[in-house]
Amino acid sequence: MRIFEQPTMYRIADIVQETDNVKTFFFNVELHSKPGQFVIMWIPRVDEKPFSIAYDEHSRLGLSVAKVGRFTEKLFEYNKGDLVGIRGPYGSTFTLPDGVKRILLVGGGYGVAPLATLASQAIVRGITVDFCNGARTKSQLLFMDRLKALDISPHVATDDGSEGRKGFITDVAKELLETNSYDCAYTCGPELMEQKVVDAAAGKGTASQVSIERYMKCGFGICGACCIDDSGKRMCTEGPVVSGEFARTQSEFGRFHRVASGHKVPFNAH
Amino acid sequence: MDISARIGTLTLANPTILASGILGVSRASLKHVFDNGAGACVIKSISLEERVGHHAPNMITYEGGMLNAVGYSNPGVEEARAEFKDLKNVGGPVFASIIGQNADEFSAMAEALLPGDFSAVEAVLSCPHTPGYGTMAGQGTPKSTEEITKAIRAKTKLPLFIKISPDSQPIGEVAKAAEAAGADGIVAVNTMGPGMIIDIQTGQPILHFKVGGVSGTALRPIAVRCIYDIRKSVKIPIIGVGGVTTGRDAVEMIMVGASAVEIGTAVYYRGVDVFKKVCGEIQEFMKKKGYSQLQDFQSLTHNVEG
Repeated sequence: MRIFEQPTMYRIADIVQETDNVKTFFFNVELHSKPGQFVIMWIPRVDEKPFSIAYDEHSRLGLSVAKVGRFTEKLFEYNKGDLVGIRGPYGSTFTLPDGVKRILLVGGGYGVAPLATLASQAIVRGITVDFCNGARTKSQLLFMDRLKALDISPHVATDDGSEGRKGFITDVAKELLETNSYDCAYTCGPELMEQKVVDAAAGKGTASQVSIERYMKCGFGICGACCIDDSGKRMCTEGPVVSGEFARTQSEFGRFHRVASGHKVPFNAH
Repeated sequence: MDISARIGTLTLANPTILASGILGVSRASLKHVFDNGAGACVIKSISLEERVGHHAPNMITYEGGMLNAVGYSNPGVEEARAEFKDLKNVGGPVFASIIGQNADEFSAMAEALLPGDFSAVEAVLSCPHTPGYGTMAGQGTPKSTEEITKAIRAKTKLPLFIKISPDSQPIGEVAKAAEAAGADGIVAVNTMGPGMIIDIQTGQPILHFKVGGVSGTALRPIAVRCIYDIRKSVKIPIIGVGGVTTGRDAVEMIMVGASAVEIGTAVYYRGVDVFKKVCGEIQEFMKKKGYSQLQDFQSLTHNVEG
C-alpha cells in the first residue's frame, strides 16, 4: 500500500533480455496497475525515471527497459538480487469500453509493452485483437513470443525489412483501418508514429487512445514538467493515456516536447 | 458575498494564488490553473540562463507534507519571455517570478523579463536547496534583501513582492528591509529547512540533492507565525503561503494579516481544482460568521488579542 510518495526498495527477482536493447526487470510484487500506467524507478545517487508497466500479475511486476541514457545504462549493469526503488503506479490507463468487439493495437519499439498487457486483457474478454508491431530491425521487435502465446499473429514492419514489411508500421495500420471496422485503435510508441495512427483512425471515424510520453519529475501532478500545450494538462496525472480526439487538439502533440529545463525541442522525422 | 482580494494596487477575483514552482511552467499550465479557480498565478521561477535543476528524486511526500529539491529548472529568460508573451486571455493576473545569484542578476532579470504582460513580480530570495541562490547564497539577511530589492525596484514599475524564508530571523527585520527598499509587498514564506528523509533499506537520502525545502502541513503554523510577525513590522501587504490546504487555512492566514494566499503542495492533496474548493470553503465560513468581504476579518488576530 502506498502511503507517501516515496520509493520502496525491491530486489530484482529476474532479468530477461527481450531484444538487442531491451531488458525486462522482474520484481516479486504486484501493484494492481492497469494497462498504460507507469511507475518511477529510483537508483540511489543516480536518478529516478518513469517506466511503463509491461507485466503486473501473479505477484510479479515486469518493467521492460530500453537502454537509452545515463539511468538505464546503470540499470543494465544491475544483477538479480540488486535493490532498486519503485513508486507508483501513476497515471491514466488504456480502457476497453463495454461492447467493443474488435480493436487495433499499434506499438512501436518499447511502446509495445503496455499494449501487450492490454491485448491479453482484451483476449480474455473475447475481443478480437489486431496487433501491429513495428521496430527498426528484427532483433528489436518486442514481445513477439508473448503475443504468440496469446494466439496473436502480429502485423510486423521493420525499417530495414529484416522481418515483416519493409517500411513504416503506420502504413500497415492505415491499411487495416481501411479494410476492417474497429471499435477503437490504441497506440504507444514514437510520437510521430502515434500521431499518424490517431489521424488515420480519426479519418475513418474510429475512436482512439494514445499514450503521450513527456519528461516527468514528480509523477503526482504538481511539478508541471509534463504539462502539454494547449490544455496545460499533466501527462503524469490526466495522462499519459488520452483520447486521440483530445491529442489532436493539442498543438504540441507530434510537434515538440519539453526537456528537464522546460526548454522546447521539436520531434524530428527520421 | 465578495471574496475579491485587494493587494495594494492589485485586485484579484479571489484570494487564492498558484504558488511558484508548482505547475506554472507554461502559459497553457497557467490557463489550466485559472480554469480551476485561481485568482492569480505565479510562474515557475526564471533565471537568466537555462537550468536543468537537480537530478530526481526532486519531490517526495511524508506525514507532514512534502520535501522538494527541484533546483530551479527553467528554460532561461529568453525562452520564458516567448512562452509568457501573451497573457491577456489566460484567465487572470500573472506574477512573474525571478531569481538571481546577486543584485546585478536580479536587476538584469527584471530588465529582460518585465513588464511584458505580467501584473506583478515576485523576487525569490529564499530557496533553501539551490547552491548560488536564496538562503544558500545568503540572500535571507536584511542587508542582502535591501540590496536586491533596490536593484529590482530601479528596473520595474510593476508591483514588486519579495518572497522570504521562514528561516530568516527575526523575520520582521527582513520584511522591513524589503519595505524600506521599495517593495510593494511581502510573500511569506518559502519552504523551510531544508529537511532530509532517508530510505532506511539503503541508508540513502531519497532526494538526489539529499536535502529539500519542507512545504505543506508541517510548514503551516510556522508560516502563520511569520505572517503575524511581519504584519507587526511593516505596512505593505502580505501574501501568505505555506501549507494552505483548506478554506480554514486561508482564513487563518488572512486573520494574521495576509491579503491573499498562495497554494502549492495542496494541489497534490486536493487536485488542481483546490483553488475552487478553498474559495467555496472561505465563502461557507464567511456566510456562517456574517462577513461580507475579506477585510471584515483581515488582521482580526491583531485586533482581538489585546
